[in-house]
Amino acid sequence: MSREEINGGDALIRALADENIDLIFGYPGGAALHIYDAIYKQNKVQHILVRHEQAAVHAADGFARATGKPGVALVTSGPGATNAITGIATAYMDSIPVVVISGQVASHLIGSDAFQETDMMGISRPIVKHSFLVQSAEEIPVVIKKAFHIATSGRPGPVVIDVPKNMTDPNYKFEYKYPKELVMRSFPILGKGQDEKIVDAIELFRSAKKPVIYSGGGTIQADASKELTEFSKLIGCPVTNTLMGLGAFPGDDDQFVGMLGMHGTYEANMVMSEADLIFNVGARFDDRITNNPSKFGLEAKKIHIDSDPSSIDKIIGVDLAIEGDAKLVMQQLIEQVKSTGFDQTIYKDWWAQVEDWREAHGLNHDMLNLKNERDIILPQQVIQSLYQTTKGDAYVTSDVGQHQMFAAQYYKFKDPRKWINSGGLGTMGFGLPSAMGVKFAFPEADVACVTGEGSIQMCIQELSTCGQYGLPIKIINLNNRALGMVKQWQDMQYGGRYSSISYEDSLPDFVKLAESFGHVGIKVEKLSELNQAMEESFAMKDKLVFLDVLVDPDEHVYPMLEAGGSMSEMRLSKDKKTF
Amino acid sequence: MASQISLLMENQPGALSRVIGLFSQRGYNIDSLSVAPTQDPTLSRLTMTTSESEEIIQQILKQLFKLIDVVMVQDLKASESLSLEMALIKVSNKAEVISKIEKNYSSLELNELDNTDEKTILRLIGETDIIESLLVELKADLVEVTRTGALGMTLGNISLETEEETKVIY
Repeated sequence: MSREEINGGDALIRALADENIDLIFGYPGGAALHIYDAIYKQNKVQHILVRHEQAAVHAADGFARATGKPGVALVTSGPGATNAITGIATAYMDSIPVVVISGQVASHLIGSDAFQETDMMGISRPIVKHSFLVQSAEEIPVVIKKAFHIATSGRPGPVVIDVPKNMTDPNYKFEYKYPKELVMRSFPILGKGQDEKIVDAIELFRSAKKPVIYSGGGTIQADASKELTEFSKLIGCPVTNTLMGLGAFPGDDDQFVGMLGMHGTYEANMVMSEADLIFNVGARFDDRITNNPSKFGLEAKKIHIDSDPSSIDKIIGVDLAIEGDAKLVMQQLIEQVKSTGFDQTIYKDWWAQVEDWREAHGLNHDMLNLKNERDIILPQQVIQSLYQTTKGDAYVTSDVGQHQMFAAQYYKFKDPRKWINSGGLGTMGFGLPSAMGVKFAFPEADVACVTGEGSIQMCIQELSTCGQYGLPIKIINLNNRALGMVKQWQDMQYGGRYSSISYEDSLPDFVKLAESFGHVGIKVEKLSELNQAMEESFAMKDKLVFLDVLVDPDEHVYPMLEAGGSMSEMRLSKDKKTF
Repeated sequence: MASQISLLMENQPGALSRVIGLFSQRGYNIDSLSVAPTQDPTLSRLTMTTSESEEIIQQILKQLFKLIDVVMVQDLKASESLSLEMALIKVSNKAEVISKIEKNYSSLELNELDNTDEKTILRLIGETDIIESLLVELKADLVEVTRTGALGMTLGNISLETEEETKVIY
């Protein structure tokens, strides 16, 4: 057999195919042209042309969150690379496996301030799990292999591969071999937890009177939702999920007390506040959860399961740290509970207390039937209508702000990987492009992008991409004619001085805007028309529908933790608070 | 008392900037830093001193180990270790300076290296604290100073060694 020689660009795309990547999102440019030529010459890897590099990374990110497989974006050097940065940072903060390939000026030009040169390695360094500057064409296959291994293993995260243009020179050819194994120094990947810690964890549950299971995005990343649910059922105590962890435990289960944290439910925050045992799996005690760390869980023993040892004891010191893969650790815990038995009745009094809290200030999930003489739509009602129409089965992406919190509170996610939002970085503009990634992954599923008229304008150009590829996403625009979350803070903390939150006179006509891209636009102003419009939107299976819903501009998101306080210090409405 | 961290990292472009970047990014302070390749040319060894609290040191160790380019990390204070640094100082009044050093800083190893233009370069080797107090005392006599920053090594059988390579097979 003769040796087959190919060039660096072909090698790069072939390595992606060998890594079972069949879809990449990107935008071409000078330094990436050899790679784009390689894409043209093959048909295993499909390239999706977005309208802005930020969207390419968000789309790859949405694909990764929904499927659990790595997402891939390809951009050119300079502005292509810097435009990708927000997307990379978004993936980094939420530990999402994304590989971003950036073109770079030719090696001999690096450092010369060449046209479209930027130090991508330097700019991206604090927001990547790792990065590579390709040093020779021959190393491209092994760099690709390493990049995917690093991005997807342990605590996942984004990896950047910066490719100088001469590395993909069409005239420089070499023998292509995709590595079957990798040798890496000191790259530990955690597996099971220590046996004695598993025993200790269950004993802590046995001696607890008021435990809570607090689960985060790590549970979803580790595909440990089934195990979390089984374990929770065996223990029988209240379960709460973080914003990133919604869907890991079914949102419609009675054992679920709702999301916790800044805009968590009253009962979830009270449970956290009063618990004598906090069992954290795959969450990181971040500041949107703990509120003031010095007032957090003072009476509680704490167990923390994490695949990243640096997350343990970072903000909150714990009594029992189990370093390991959440799925494997949960399996061990399940086995331990099953072999030793567990009496759930010890939590009877605790549940009575939880039910009292739920009764007193729980969320009203039946707001569509509220009497409303003005026929004005509340944002919560839009989410409830969406939930009802899609029977809780849709993939829901969101942007950032009030609409995001309403979606998290009122859409009772039953399954993991269906709630796609930028929790850590809080990136406005994430919703639409990430929905594109989800729709490519699951063309038959309902995909809704819950957004606001502020956020949607940050990546609105992707309506064009959706047109090109026929992506029938449903955009649910909670239009309150202002930057709602900022306005809420200005109402609460700045005496209602509305600084730079309003653009009412200059908002586009979203219906016409959607239509100009070849989509369907529907405007809804009355509650009595909401459900029908929602159902019509989802009935149009092959159309992108932009549902522009005018909602009450004065609505705030509650509950809301009081800054600097404990988790029990909440505002429950404009005039009610717990402290 | 400053803590000392020793680590082995890949001798590759970008590796050092990741280590240093981690400190600025997470708001940790570095007092001194020293880095050079080891007997294995693919590895560099880095020693840094920091005055952060014990809790922060534990975070630093974990965060450093998380970097892909960092192969092994060691808290030198966790076991018996020695720590030394070298300073070059340039002075114009050699005789006075040498007598000050010999009188009050006899633990420092002292060598005279050069005398060009009646400026003398002296080499001092010793513990960081002692070198620092000497420099305070000599302030008016010093033309210029350069220091390596502390180097450290654990005693006896405990060493900073690489773990076995991790092989991933697909």
